[in-house]
Amino acid sequence: MKAVIVGCGRVGAGLADELDRAGWQVLIIDLTTAAFDRLPSTFGGTALRGDGTDEDVLRRAGAEGADLFLAATEGDNRNVMAAQLGVEALGARQTVAKINDPVRAEAYALLGITTLCRTNLMMTAVLEFLGQAAPERPGIYPVERSHAHAGDEPAPTPAEA
Amino acid sequence: MFVIVVGGGKVGYYLTKELIESGHEVALMEKDRRRADQIKDEIGSVVIAQDGCEGKYLHEAGANRADIVAAVTGDDEDNLVICQMAKHHFDVPRTIARVNAPKNERLFRHLGVDEIISPTRMILGSIEQDIPVHELLHLAALGVGDLEIIEAHLQPGSPAIGRLALDIPVPNGCSVFGIIREGEPTPLKGDTVLSEGDKVIAIGRPESEEALRELLIGEPEES
Repeated sequence: MKAVIVGCGRVGAGLADELDRAGWQVLIIDLTTAAFDRLPSTFGGTALRGDGTDEDVLRRAGAEGADLFLAATEGDNRNVMAAQLGVEALGARQTVAKINDPVRAEAYALLGITTLCRTNLMMTAVLEFLGQAAPERPGIYPVERSHAHAGDEPAPTPAEA
Repeated sequence: MFVIVVGGGKVGYYLTKELIESGHEVALMEKDRRRADQIKDEIGSVVIAQDGCEGKYLHEAGANRADIVAAVTGDDEDNLVICQMAKHHFDVPRTIARVNAPKNERLFRHLGVDEIISPTRMILGSIEQDIPVHELLHLAALGVGDLEIIEAHLQPGSPAIGRLALDIPVPNGCSVFGIIREGEPTPLKGDTVLSEGDKVIAIGRPESEEALRELLIGEPEES
């Protein structure tokens, strides 16, 4: 299994390590090499400095055809763009984007990208901790339908793209 | 018309001013409060000091009833998200994005942004026009599909010189619709013969460009 992770923050680095231990082939990309200090010395995957929203950089790094493409930088919009490149241009099988704005998280789930919303995750966790009923506010919005870019057209398969 | 402009840099600022002067209803969103206040002092209450990428604030700005959303910030990824949110979440009929990195144009178009303005591409096009090149010139990208308006300057060695314009076997996905001869726009007629110095104007898809180049420019000279 192949994973591409854009953004080597705590979440990105942590998941890179976990997947690497689980036997995945992991490629992690970040704009600064200092970010890779978060990876343990045992990390056996590839850590590459570069812009994960740049299609050329991703292609040169061999990011095509990943089983998982995770966009976990600090910027919601960078994650949106990287994730859409992952699914549209690089033929990723599954794409997850970290989007902290709940409205954007829901909107992009409707557009076909699984989104991970820290705001909702934390609110739900705190309310549950307090023993209060948490409103229906999923931390992960699963994909409702395949990634549709221009309305109702189906997303192209990697062979067409 | 009601236009929401996102991004209060130079482009957003002048765009908003011009739109107000032409009588349109405008809301300008700028997330930097200091910059927003500065513009507010000059052009008044149309300025909203909020991030136009955020669904909540787009909603408050009136995205539900906007005719056009123009995303003109300096960051391509922000402009993409603004247009996608406007289009898919708020059903805005027309979205316009400023794109700084030319290679993002294709992705933006593919993802459904209606109109893409690339200052980088425009300046590049203008520079290319001043340099004698043996290549096709890209004059403009059309909003429809991947279509582009292309110009070919016929120079010695072009296989098209001396041929009837309408006899040129233009490739599929391509249409030649006029020439510029000695600076004058000239329509194509049955007896129009192409000659050296003509600028042939065509509309075409990127994939038919190579065939068009061979027909109008010819093989690159061996050096």
